[in-house]
Amino acid sequence: MIKKEQKELARWAMQYALKKGCQECRVGIYSGSESSFEVRDTQLDKLQQAEENQMVIYLFVDGRYGSISTNRMERRELEKFIADGIASVRFLAEDSARKLPDPSLYFSGSEASLELYDPKFQSVSADEKLKLAKLAAAEIYGSDARIISVSSAYGDNESFAYIVSSNGFEGESTTSSFGVSVSVSVKGDGDARPESYWYDETLTWESLRKQGIGKRALERALRKMGQTKIQSGKYPMLVENMAVRTILSPLMSAINGSAIQQKNSFLLDKVGQKVVSEKMTLIDNPLLPKALGAKCFDREGIATKKRNVFENGVLKTYFIDSYIANKLNMPPTTGSPSVLYFDKGDGTQQELMAKMGNGILVTGFNGGNCNSSTGNFSYGIEGFLIENGEPKRPISEMNITGNMLTLWSNLSGIGTDALKSSSWQMPSLLFDAVDFSGL
Amino acid sequence: MSCSRREFLKTGGMLAGAALIPGAALLESFSPKELTLQWVLDHFKVTENELRKVMAIAMENGGDYADIFFEHTLDSMLVLRDGKVNSTSSNIDFGVGIRVIKGDQTGYAYTENVTMSDMIRAARTAAKIANGITGVKTTQIKEFPLKKNYYNVISSWEETAVKAKMPFLQKVNDKIFSLDKRVSRVIVSQTDSTSYILFFNSDGVLMHDYRPMGTLGATCIMEQKGQIENGRSARAYRMGAEFLTDDLVETISQEAVKQTALMFDAIKPKGGEMPVVMGAGGSGILLHEAIGHAFEADFNRKNTSIFADKLGKKVCDASISVLDDGTIPFNRGAVNMDDEGVLGQKTYIIKDGVLNSYLHDRISAKHYGVAPTGNGRRQSFRFTPIPRMRATYMENGNAREEDMIASVKRGIFVDNFTNGQVQIGAGDFTFFVKSGYLIEDGKLTRPIKDINIIGNGPKALSDITMVANNYKMDNGTWTCGKDGQSCPVTCGMPSVLVSKLTVGGENA
Repeated sequence: MIKKEQKELARWAMQYALKKGCQECRVGIYSGSESSFEVRDTQLDKLQQAEENQMVIYLFVDGRYGSISTNRMERRELEKFIADGIASVRFLAEDSARKLPDPSLYFSGSEASLELYDPKFQSVSADEKLKLAKLAAAEIYGSDARIISVSSAYGDNESFAYIVSSNGFEGESTTSSFGVSVSVSVKGDGDARPESYWYDETLTWESLRKQGIGKRALERALRKMGQTKIQSGKYPMLVENMAVRTILSPLMSAINGSAIQQKNSFLLDKVGQKVVSEKMTLIDNPLLPKALGAKCFDREGIATKKRNVFENGVLKTYFIDSYIANKLNMPPTTGSPSVLYFDKGDGTQQELMAKMGNGILVTGFNGGNCNSSTGNFSYGIEGFLIENGEPKRPISEMNITGNMLTLWSNLSGIGTDALKSSSWQMPSLLFDAVDFSGL
Repeated sequence: MSCSRREFLKTGGMLAGAALIPGAALLESFSPKELTLQWVLDHFKVTENELRKVMAIAMENGGDYADIFFEHTLDSMLVLRDGKVNSTSSNIDFGVGIRVIKGDQTGYAYTENVTMSDMIRAARTAAKIANGITGVKTTQIKEFPLKKNYYNVISSWEETAVKAKMPFLQKVNDKIFSLDKRVSRVIVSQTDSTSYILFFNSDGVLMHDYRPMGTLGATCIMEQKGQIENGRSARAYRMGAEFLTDDLVETISQEAVKQTALMFDAIKPKGGEMPVVMGAGGSGILLHEAIGHAFEADFNRKNTSIFADKLGKKVCDASISVLDDGTIPFNRGAVNMDDEGVLGQKTYIIKDGVLNSYLHDRISAKHYGVAPTGNGRRQSFRFTPIPRMRATYMENGNAREEDMIASVKRGIFVDNFTNGQVQIGAGDFTFFVKSGYLIEDGKLTRPIKDINIIGNGPKALSDITMVANNYKMDNGTWTCGKDGQSCPVTCGMPSVLVSKLTVGGENA
C-alpha cells in the first residue's frame, strides 16, 4: 500500500511546485517491491529482492511544460529539484495544448471491484517461491537425453501508484503479479541448439499455474528439431496466439494520437472507415476484472472505459491523451490500449489449422519491423509447414513481407485460444495469401 | 519473463522520462576535473570503513566474491515538436546494488538509500545465496585508479542549462525544413546523461568513474502526392555538452532528409536467397547479431550458444578479424571500467578467422579459468552485470566495395538499418533494412526499403567472401537489449560481401 507519509509527500510536492511558480501541477508516487528466484538445471542460480520508489512531477508553468522524476524523497533535495525544474521549463517555448485534463473526465471511486491485488501477496514465503522455481525445472530436467540446459524462474511484484493533481484528481492503484517461466535448450542437428520457453503470469498466487510449464517449454523446443527453410511463395498463414502481438502492435501504434497528430500513420483520417477484414471486432476493456493490464484511470487520472477499437472491420477510435486531444481539437480517449481481446472466435488452433489445409503455422517472429507511415512490414519467422491440416515439418530462417492493411484485410479466422497471461489477450489468427521468402 | 531473444534497436536512445535539470540537488559545486576518490565517497556519503563493514556482512555466509556498486545518474531530455522546443524532462536515479557470488550462483539486492542500515539489509539479502559460515574478514582497500579516461568532459551536462541546448534542436528543425519542400513534420530530441559510479569489491578494489552521454536525433516526415514517408538520423557519444555543434546539426539534418527522400522511389525487392553487399558502418549490426551475442560467455557457459564448443577453431576466412572494444575515445560503447571493476579493454573475438575469445564477465571468466575481458555491464544499480558488447567491429580487408558490387549479378546493397535480433541456440539472426539498392548485373539500380534479412550465424560468417578496406564506425544511438537490460553499444564494419542471405520481399 501507499503509505500515508508518501501521500502527504506527494501533496506537499504539488503545493511546493504551485508556490514556486506552477499554475497547475500533477504528482505521481510509484512504489513497489519484487523478488525473483532463478534456477539453472537443479541449482539456484540467482536470487534477487528489492524495493523501489519514484516520484514524477508534471510542471505547468506560464503556458509551458516539463516533467521531473526522482527516487530521492528528501524534502530538501526535492525543493531544489522542483525549483530547478521550474526554472528550466521557463526557458521553453509556450505550448497552449499543455494543460491538465478537464476535471469532469477524472475517475472517482474505487478500483477494488477489479481485484488487481492479491491480499495474500505478503504471505507467500521465500521457501515456497524457490520450491516452485525448482519444481518447474525439475519437471523436465533429465527427462530427455537431448536436453542441454533448463532455466526456470519465479518472480513476483506488487506495485502501488498514487496520483494527485491541482485541479482535483486523487487516485490510488494497487496491483500484484506472479509469474513462472521455463526455458530449455536441446541438442539439435549439427551445432544447432533449439531453445524455447513457456510461462504463466497472473494477478494472484492461487491462479498461477504451478505445473506443466516445463513440459510445455520442452515440447516447444523439441518440435523445432530439424528446422529448414522452404520455397518462397504466397501461403495462408496461421499465427500462434503467443506470437500475434508482433503483428498487432503496428496497428495500435498507427492509431496512437501522437502518430496521428504528426501525420505519420497509415491509419490517418481512417476513423469510421472499413480498413480491415469484417471479421475483426477488437475490444479494449480496461475494466475487465482480474485481468493483467486492467485499470480504472490512466496516468493523467482520466477514467477509462470499454470501447471497440475495430468493429466489423471499421476503425472506431484513436488513442489520444489530453495533450494530443487539445492539439487535434478532439475529446481525449486514453493514451494507450489496456486489455485487448477479440469479440469471438471460430475454433481451436487445431480447427483453424484444418480450415487452412495447406499453409504455414507461424509460432514465433524473429526481428523485423513495420514502416509507421506506410504500413509496409517485413519480419523473420519460424514455425511449421502445414499439409492437409497437420504439421509436416519445422521451418525457420524465412521472412514474411507485405502491408499491414492488406494483411489484416485478409484475416479469415480467429481462434478461441486467447492467452490470458498477457494484457493483450490474443488468440491464434488465420490470414490468407501472405508473401513468404525462403529458398 | 524469461525469453531467449536479444533485441537491438537503433531507433531507441530516447530515455523515458528523462531530461534536463542540473541535477545538482545532491551536489556541491563541481567540475569533472576535480573528481577524486574522496569526492566520490563524500558524494555517496560513505566512508572506507563503512564499505568494509558492509562487505564483511555480504561475505559472512561464505560467498566467494562480493561487490558493491553505487550509482547516481542524471538524465535529461529536450523535445522539439511542431516547430518549437516545448517539452523537457529530467530524472534522477540513485542507489546501490550489492552482489554476492558463490560458484556460478548470484545473490543480489539493491537499495535506493545509502544509509548503513539499508546497505546492511541489502548485503544480508544478497549473502543468502551462500549458506556456510565464515569468520568476519577484513578487506584491505586498494584504490585502483583508471588507467585511461576515454571520455574526458570539457563542459559537464549538469552545468549546461536548457537555454544553451535549445538552439541546436531549433537549428536542426529549421535546416530540415529548408532542405526539402516535401517536409511536413519534424521531431528533434536531445538527451544527455551523467553517471557517477563508485565500486568496491571483496578483493579490496575501490574504483570510481564518471560517465557522460549525449544524443541528438531527428525524425523527418515528408509528404509527396498523398504518400507519407519517414526517415531518421541520430548521433550519440560519451561526451559532455561540447558534443552539440553546428557540424552535428548539419550532418543530422542532411542525413534525415536524404533518408526520407530516398523512400519515395524505393521498392520492395523480390524475396529469396541472394548475395548481399553490406555497406561500411551500420552493417556492423551483422556482427552484433550474427556472432556478437553468441560469443557472450554466459550463453557458452550454459552451453546454449551455437558457438559453445568452437573456441580456438576456424569459423570464417583467415582474412577476417572481429573485435569488441571498450577503448575507442568518446564512443557510445566505451568503458573506462566495466560495471564490475574490470578496466576497459580491446578483445579480439575472431583473430584471422579463428574464434579467439568469448566476451566475459567475472562469473564466466572464472568458469573458463581466464581473465575477465571487461564486458560485465549492467543497465543500472538495479541489475546484476552480465556479459555485454561494447563497440563491435571488423578490421579492414583488401577488397574494394566497387569490385564487390561488380561481382554480383542479382542481389542487394544495404547500408541503413533500424533493428535486429538473434536466437542464440539456433543461430538465426535478422536485421531490418530501412533502405538500400538493388544490384543488377554488377550495378546499383533502384532503391529498396523496409525489408527484413535473415540468416544463420555460423553459415553467414563462412559465407563472407570479400572484405573491403573502407572501415567505418556507426555512431548512431544503438541500444542493445538482453535479459531485460538495455545497454548503449555501437558497431562498425568495412563493406563485406555475404554470398547468400534470405531477403524478405514480394513474390511475383
